[in-house]
Amino acid sequence: MAKTTTRKAAPARKGGSKPAARTGKKVAEKAILPPASAYFIEERHDRSERHTLAVLVDNEPGVLARVIGLFSGRGYNIDSLTVSETEEAKHLSRITIVTSGTPMVLAQIKNQLARLVPVHSVTDLTSNGRAIERELALVKVAGRGEKRVEALRLAEAYKAGVVDATTDHFVFQITGGTAKVEEFISIMTPLGLVEVCRTGVAALNRGPEGM
Amino acid sequence: MKRQMTGAEMVVQALIDQGVEHIFGYPGGAVLPIYDEIIQQDKVEHILVRHEQGAGHAAEGYARSTGKPGVALVTSGPGATNMVTPLADALMDSIPIVCFSGQVPTHLIGNDAFQEADTVGITRPATKHNWLVRDVNDLARTIHEAFYVATHGRPGPVLVDIPKDVQFATGTYVGPDEVKPRGYRPPRGGGDHGAIRAAVEAMARAKKPIFYTGGGVINSGTRASELLRQLVRMTGYPITSTLTGLGAYPASDPQWLGMLGMHGTYESNNAMHDCDVMVCIGARFDDRITGRTDAFSPGSIKIHVDIDPSSINKNIHVDIPIIGDCAEVLEEMIAIWKAIKAKPDKTALKAWWDEIDHWRARKSLAYRKNADVIMPQYAIERLFALTRDKDVYITTEVGQHQMWAAQFFHFDEPNRWMTSGGLGTMGYGLPAAVGVQVAHRDSLVVDIAGDASVLMTMQEMSTAVQHELPIKIFILNNQYMGMVRQWQQLLHGNRLSHSYSHSLPDFVKLADAYGCVGIRAEKPGELDDAIEEMISVKKPVLFDCRVAALANCFPMIPSGKAHNDMLLGEEVSDETIGSAIGKEGKVLV
Repeated sequence: MAKTTTRKAAPARKGGSKPAARTGKKVAEKAILPPASAYFIEERHDRSERHTLAVLVDNEPGVLARVIGLFSGRGYNIDSLTVSETEEAKHLSRITIVTSGTPMVLAQIKNQLARLVPVHSVTDLTSNGRAIERELALVKVAGRGEKRVEALRLAEAYKAGVVDATTDHFVFQITGGTAKVEEFISIMTPLGLVEVCRTGVAALNRGPEGM
Repeated sequence: MKRQMTGAEMVVQALIDQGVEHIFGYPGGAVLPIYDEIIQQDKVEHILVRHEQGAGHAAEGYARSTGKPGVALVTSGPGATNMVTPLADALMDSIPIVCFSGQVPTHLIGNDAFQEADTVGITRPATKHNWLVRDVNDLARTIHEAFYVATHGRPGPVLVDIPKDVQFATGTYVGPDEVKPRGYRPPRGGGDHGAIRAAVEAMARAKKPIFYTGGGVINSGTRASELLRQLVRMTGYPITSTLTGLGAYPASDPQWLGMLGMHGTYESNNAMHDCDVMVCIGARFDDRITGRTDAFSPGSIKIHVDIDPSSINKNIHVDIPIIGDCAEVLEEMIAIWKAIKAKPDKTALKAWWDEIDHWRARKSLAYRKNADVIMPQYAIERLFALTRDKDVYITTEVGQHQMWAAQFFHFDEPNRWMTSGGLGTMGYGLPAAVGVQVAHRDSLVVDIAGDASVLMTMQEMSTAVQHELPIKIFILNNQYMGMVRQWQQLLHGNRLSHSYSHSLPDFVKLADAYGCVGIRAEKPGELDDAIEEMISVKKPVLFDCRVAALANCFPMIPSGKAHNDMLLGEEVSDETIGSAIGKEGKVLV
């Protein structure tokens, strides 16, 4: 009768003491469900972290497509993306990406970005200490009467400026961290929120040094 | 030296300045100016293929067998889209390819012009980098940069898309020496000294060590293979290799355990599973190698040498990563090994080799010989035996024949084995053989093929005939897509859905139609004479080797299983094969 060949899991390092052997076997047993191997994305239960990356790239056609294609092709997340030329003389653009993933995935993202030919540097602003992160949002709120007064009062409290107004609406401009902007938007929702436009995150290291 | 010339002239001049002697291509409307320059010179020989995919794979074969970049030239639209498969193939296996594609004139880009495709868009994820050149004054610099990017760091394919008006326009040519690569700064040199020292110290303390090497050693150049041999022999440790790394270490050496992975030997996979120190050099812990990642070599300290930082910790967490070129790291490893006067534990090592010999004794590659039917394994054994004293290069297609070739054809030198590893491209081997033969006119170049794969790029026989390239296409004809059939047997109750090679052509007559030589062998007794005849013929040959139809490729680690959970050929019944892969394993590939 034919059978598949299964050897017992071998003793682990340092001469194969019994506990080591048991550990080895436990690994194999635990892993029977779910299977993990070829093309199987393992359910990793490592905690997902949110990091802000600053990527300095040559300002050339297609560079943004390369970065976005890398994220979509390899199944990474983009929570926010901000791009613009920052060093005109050197034709360099700065891409600020807010992404989330396990530490292993985040390390992969950084390495994969760094090996793109037009990428000059990849800096993880989050792991280098708490970075300054700001975004800007334009928030259109329409309404009359008490809600309108309340919207204006709250806008002042959030230091949001009025950039456009009629007797029927306001457009507020708010800058701040992502949490503050989101808070402001959710507060405006019952007060007649019409639409929102956000820039995405711009971020810098704290302290005197550049990245 | 700055000179005024047209874009088309620049392309040819840049090829000459880059030392390119051969290019593989197919003309078309958007590259006519370049073709007009090609015919007016004789420094660069153009090999006309019959389909652009053939040009790409030929360039790959050329690159793999020489260590130099392979160059291809195709037209816009369909010419470029036909190149996508070879580019993706070269990206997966880190093969340096420089592809030039024509593009519609700049003012028509985006207009859905005739034979327009967004070539840089389509090939972006299939290349290491690509460029669309809109200004003739950027052309020469871009081409030199393209060669630099293709061949430095982890090698890979690049593409330069050149609109037709840029080919006609006149501009300033700059030579390779005047071009500084701008942004691209790949890792250089030998890696972190501390990490290398830590690695060597771990190696010296090992009781159950193993070297696991890959295509990176071959990509690094012949010096890396020499240094690898030196280090492995100094240590006395066992060594195994991936599919693409075969030949970096001689297969005839007693320290060689054979290939590892899904169809690797019992001894190599078990040694990988049980080792205490794993030295991975130029390999990337691919899923064909690791099997179940959570059960992969559970007790070992893992050392990983790779030039690409993104390969580190991608699939398997390693303990000592070393980012650098294999050759330089190996050289430093040897120096440190000598300097610390490393003395491996002889008793432990003896016990380890005893264990390995015990696994070897299982003879995992054994198969039942048959007096009436040619067994595919036997065919490759005979091919190997009868070509041992020859200067031979082997290419393959993809499938069972490829695995049998890897198992039964043994390589003692690097750059002798050309196979599509990462992408697994059926139809790779025949055009790759064309490319190899162009680089090595007097050598014996054999494509070990399957009946299904070979039909995917069969048209390149015409290329071989035209350019007098005496490639030998050794078809293991079992009238099935053998690996597909094997997996259907494993996974789908032996329901052979569309895996039978229906309406196969008569390969001998087909050879005749192409103007080359057809040979057929149907019985084991006539095989040797037929192979001898194939070798002696000075023309391209289609060899129809009729082999057992239903042979399976063993040993095998079924999907979702660990290294120490292998199916071995001798003891496997059809029933076992049908139930070897669990429900969860079936979703895997």
